[in-house]
Amino acid sequence: MSVRALGASAPAPVIVVAMTVRRIMGIETEYGISVPGDPLANPMFLSGQVVSVYAAAHGIRSNQSSWDYAYEDPLRDARGWQMSRADAEDSQLTDSEDPSLANVVLPNGARYYVDHAHPEYSSPEVTTPLDAVVWDRAGDAIALESVRLLADRPDHQQVNLYKNNTDGKGQSYGAHENYLMPRRTPFPEIVRHLIPFFVTRQVICGAGRVGLGVDSRTPGYQISQRADFFETEVGLETTLKRPIINTRDEPHAVADRFRRLHVIIGDANQLDVATLLKLGTTSLVLGMIETGHLDEPLSIRRPVGALQAVSHDPSLTAKLELLDGREMTALDVQWAYLEAARTWLDSRADDPTPEATEQVMSLWEDVLTRLGRDVMSCAADLDWVAKLQLLEGYRNRDGLAWDDHRLAAIDIQWADVRPEKGLAHRLQERGRTRRLVSAEQVKAAQALPPEDTRAWFRGTCVRRFAPNIFSASWDSVVFDVPGHASLQRVPILEPERGTRAQVGDLLDQSSDVRALLAGLAAPE
Amino acid sequence: MAAQEHAKPQRREDDPADAPEAPPAAPAGAAVKEGLGDDIDSVLDEIDGVLESNAEEFVRGFVQKGGQ
Repeated sequence: MSVRALGASAPAPVIVVAMTVRRIMGIETEYGISVPGDPLANPMFLSGQVVSVYAAAHGIRSNQSSWDYAYEDPLRDARGWQMSRADAEDSQLTDSEDPSLANVVLPNGARYYVDHAHPEYSSPEVTTPLDAVVWDRAGDAIALESVRLLADRPDHQQVNLYKNNTDGKGQSYGAHENYLMPRRTPFPEIVRHLIPFFVTRQVICGAGRVGLGVDSRTPGYQISQRADFFETEVGLETTLKRPIINTRDEPHAVADRFRRLHVIIGDANQLDVATLLKLGTTSLVLGMIETGHLDEPLSIRRPVGALQAVSHDPSLTAKLELLDGREMTALDVQWAYLEAARTWLDSRADDPTPEATEQVMSLWEDVLTRLGRDVMSCAADLDWVAKLQLLEGYRNRDGLAWDDHRLAAIDIQWADVRPEKGLAHRLQERGRTRRLVSAEQVKAAQALPPEDTRAWFRGTCVRRFAPNIFSASWDSVVFDVPGHASLQRVPILEPERGTRAQVGDLLDQSSDVRALLAGLAAPE
Repeated sequence: MAAQEHAKPQRREDDPADAPEAPPAAPAGAAVKEGLGDDIDSVLDEIDGVLESNAEEFVRGFVQKGGQ
């Protein structure tokens, strides 16, 4: 089958790196899952229920065979080799079939499934940080609806979901970001320039945590949920020996031109400004690496220790030692990246989304400026500061020490997805946090995909032709067409093809799946 | 293009690279007292009403398996 609009036969577009924040990206969130009063409840079974109840309510098939694993390759390493399956831990084998686990593509183009022992929402591909916020919050709305649907069942066992990254007892689970990059960018350059950025960006996008050490054995407060769980600088693993730079190299796209940078160091954010800046500043730094703009090395001595030192210092005064002998605070390092980004953006005016870029740049500068003057002035914008302000309020009013159970409880309840219980939601409803996108945008994004990526094709196919979809994945939709003996597989390996502009009319005009496939095969 | 219309970011504090003795940012605890605002007591009052009643048991019961 020739599917020109989706890139199967058309000539490959040349990758031009513009000076912009725009790129294909997305966020994956593993939610904490808990049954009140039953810490031994089976989280895999419960996570399957969470996904299945939502899929059923929306008429979507939810067996795992509905995910198309043909292109999955979790043991491929960006440094150029392949781990053998025999050497891999079970938890690294993410592409094996388990029919008891739910795994679906949603009408908004997202993947909703069970990852290890957590429900995970992987957002559809977006092109701007603001859209990343919209479809990330759509995931929170989907998690909330799943909780409500389970609570409404007559035989219900209350299942709660939490948008956090640790139980404070030694376990962590991720909120990963994905960024599409040209494959020609040398991986050592990515490593060299990203490590100092990742060590320090938590001052903006940390979610805050009560307790120091993986099992919270030292009382106190730290900036990041995840920092204490990182043990190495570069590596393939995500569940053990976690690396600052993860080398998993599954592009979910044309592999000789793209790599997908899989970022595992971030925290799950609830405040819009933090999410926007997490994605936006990282995309800008990647753009500078891709164009060779970053020459001044900011290499930090002992980066894993520095990552934890930054996290353990909410005063933001800790000095990091650089390889060249300089000492800089985390804020200094962030300022250096910001200033480099401004020079870079000024060097060539070819930004296709100047407003999106400027939104990130101005908020980045604003937040760094305020963090330097008075950390608490960022309580409306940054998760770790908002949480700290609340905790300090309790400490002042009730004289609580950092090892008081009430503070640990507040830390967990902060992340409850239910607006009546979740403390971030309570602050939002009182107008104490700044929203960049509206509830209406989030509601729409629960049902509809972004228009400007292949997610439009994927999600719209699920919405329109669910009974004829045999399976789907990031880079394919497989149709079971009446009258055809074989399945019809439509590859979508070009992330910027399959947009509403390209296939919207065809999808609208196709009364059934046969018409759609005929239209896709027709010459343009 | 918009990208060209903006001034270079300027650190509005002393640059520690130039002035290593610059006063550090206020410690979080001190900053809190300034930043809390008049409203914090009513925020705490409201949140008192939604907090899990047995904090110790709630924290002990929140046990997760590791993920990615």
